[in-house]
Amino acid sequence: STVGLVNGVFAASYTVRSGENKTSHKCLGLSELPTWEPVSEEQLPPPSTVPLDLVDKLERLALVDFRTKQGLSCLEKAIRFADQLHVVDTSGVEPMDSVLEDRALYLRSDVVTEGNCADKLLELSKTTVEEYFVAPPGNIPLPKREERTAMLKDSEF
Amino acid sequence: MLIHLHFIPQASLALREGKVSPVDLCRKCLNRIKKTQHLNAYISVTEEQALIQAQEAETRLLKGSPKGLLDGIPFAVKDNFSTQNIKTTCASRMLKDYTPPFNATVVQKLLDQGAVLLGKTNMDEFAMGSGSTDGAFGPVRNPWSYAAPYRENTGLDPNSDWVVTGGSSGGSAAAVASLTSYLALGSDTGGSTRNPGALCGVVALKPTYGLLSRHGLIPLVNSLDVPGIITRSVGDAALVLDVLQGVDVKDSTTILPQSSSAHIPEDVDVSALCVGIPKEYHAPGLSMETVEQWSRVADMFERAGARVELVSLPHTQYSIVCYHVLCCTEVASNMVRFDGLEYGHRSEMDSSTETMYAISRHEGFNDVVRGRILSGNYFLLKQSYEHYFLKAQKVRRLITEDFKHVFNSGVDVLLTPTTLSDATRYSDFTKEDNRTRSSQEDVFTQPVNLAGLSAISIPTALSRRGLPIGLQLIAPALQDKRLLSVAQWIEQRVAFPSISDFEEPIEGSERCLKIREHTVQSYKTYYSGCP
Repeated sequence: STVGLVNGVFAASYTVRSGENKTSHKCLGLSELPTWEPVSEEQLPPPSTVPLDLVDKLERLALVDFRTKQGLSCLEKAIRFADQLHVVDTSGVEPMDSVLEDRALYLRSDVVTEGNCADKLLELSKTTVEEYFVAPPGNIPLPKREERTAMLKDSEF
Repeated sequence: MLIHLHFIPQASLALREGKVSPVDLCRKCLNRIKKTQHLNAYISVTEEQALIQAQEAETRLLKGSPKGLLDGIPFAVKDNFSTQNIKTTCASRMLKDYTPPFNATVVQKLLDQGAVLLGKTNMDEFAMGSGSTDGAFGPVRNPWSYAAPYRENTGLDPNSDWVVTGGSSGGSAAAVASLTSYLALGSDTGGSTRNPGALCGVVALKPTYGLLSRHGLIPLVNSLDVPGIITRSVGDAALVLDVLQGVDVKDSTTILPQSSSAHIPEDVDVSALCVGIPKEYHAPGLSMETVEQWSRVADMFERAGARVELVSLPHTQYSIVCYHVLCCTEVASNMVRFDGLEYGHRSEMDSSTETMYAISRHEGFNDVVRGRILSGNYFLLKQSYEHYFLKAQKVRRLITEDFKHVFNSGVDVLLTPTTLSDATRYSDFTKEDNRTRSSQEDVFTQPVNLAGLSAISIPTALSRRGLPIGLQLIAPALQDKRLLSVAQWIEQRVAFPSISDFEEPIEGSERCLKIREHTVQSYKTYYSGCP
């Protein structure tokens, strides 16, 4: 079966004609090109399941909730889709962060060029006192999952 | 709309010569926005400010001292670019009341030219999507749904069977396609400018990574994001690029353009050109009609003496998977800034800081955004970091090298489809979830972002359903000008209609198709007449 990819509409058995064999204007025969090779389940690692303790950990790290079982199945599908990467041989390949990796990026001198806009920035916050943003009490871990879910029901959305 | 002022140079010359006043032009655009309100292309229309700006432009033009090339020209901006004192929502509840205290560099550059901001355009929430169907302000409707070709060819009622614009910059594409604006800014992370450009029948340029400043663009994936340019013609895109490109001290990833002017010659000789056709872009689900257009334009090149070659980009199939992982991980990191504390939505729940964060984010983000944040956090876990994140970064290098090999082998530009097919009906589009849709819709566009190249989508024909089909040209990094020249060569030959060709004729105005023939001359005059 295919994973995440749409089934091909064209047969995959054509050989590609090279540019040198051009005979007519329709020579490229684009509609006859082979399409993608579907990735089969056998090529992939076993599917990952996301146990409940990991669900809790992810929610704590991400500070967003799965909301429903569907949210969780969405994650499992996203992982399965990503698993196709493992079909690609990347031995000896360096990870790539940015297309500008071989350039020296512009660095400006470390001096203040603008600012004095604390008032403007503080205006954007819902709760401030003098020149401070006000947060609720800190150092309190996120409540347990059941309590969190109950809170969400109370929320205005 | 003043139909004889279809393109920027014509409008600009008319403004300069006093044949049209900027206030009138602005009013015409604002009226058209009202008339096309059903498209839901704009999140906010800044009518009052626009008229003030137009009035100021009028004063300058009357004095004969325009601010710049675009003085008095109306434009629209996707709602993820910061605009000073104008709400910038990212189509999210999280930012629905957020008003930035500054302008994005690209917005500022347009204002510095005297261009008149009409409003902020609709999109998928935080630019995560490929339909403009997943925003807090509702979906955007494709203007071609209401044009005669679609209605007559399909017999469908646009009010119930309208098609999507593509996304995530669907509002910007719809704004330009419906002629409410001359140009619109989009953003392009995996195809978000080119995809709706293709589906709405407008020109959509994704410049080389770093050529345009990202300062003030609310980030999605920093290593892939570029501001995109949506216009009615390739020439218009070139002159907007001219205004926007260049190093910005506020964005350390900006780079110098290869040539100071993006102005493209009117006649391009393609006989020495080598056009590559990547065979892997014959992807599953590609419609026959799109293949026909692809062949048609390839044939045009061949007949004009260009070398047209089949080439291979072997890792194409895995590019969308690589993109999926890199997008989720950078999203997970970028979205950390939205905690309800300094700006944006803040929940009433304040039993603890962590609770306030979690509930604000629950209330502020839609399912798509939360889903990508969670997936990204999963891919970044210690146990999956190497397995998924680093693996994706390695595949990214392979994809980049595929392009390098092809361009080093003598290929000048690549010709590909932009999307798998023409636009899908909204009712059909929403049958699949956002991730599935994005993995289908971004198939041909996101490899360009992974490699940081320059690409453009140009409309080539209407499908049998009466909807636009676009093709994509891809050029090496910093070859934007050459890309635009080749794109214009195609544009001059495919004779793609304007949506106004299907409207009630306006008395005394010429048809757009005819107008296009005269455009070349206006660009020439335009450039020579500018300060």
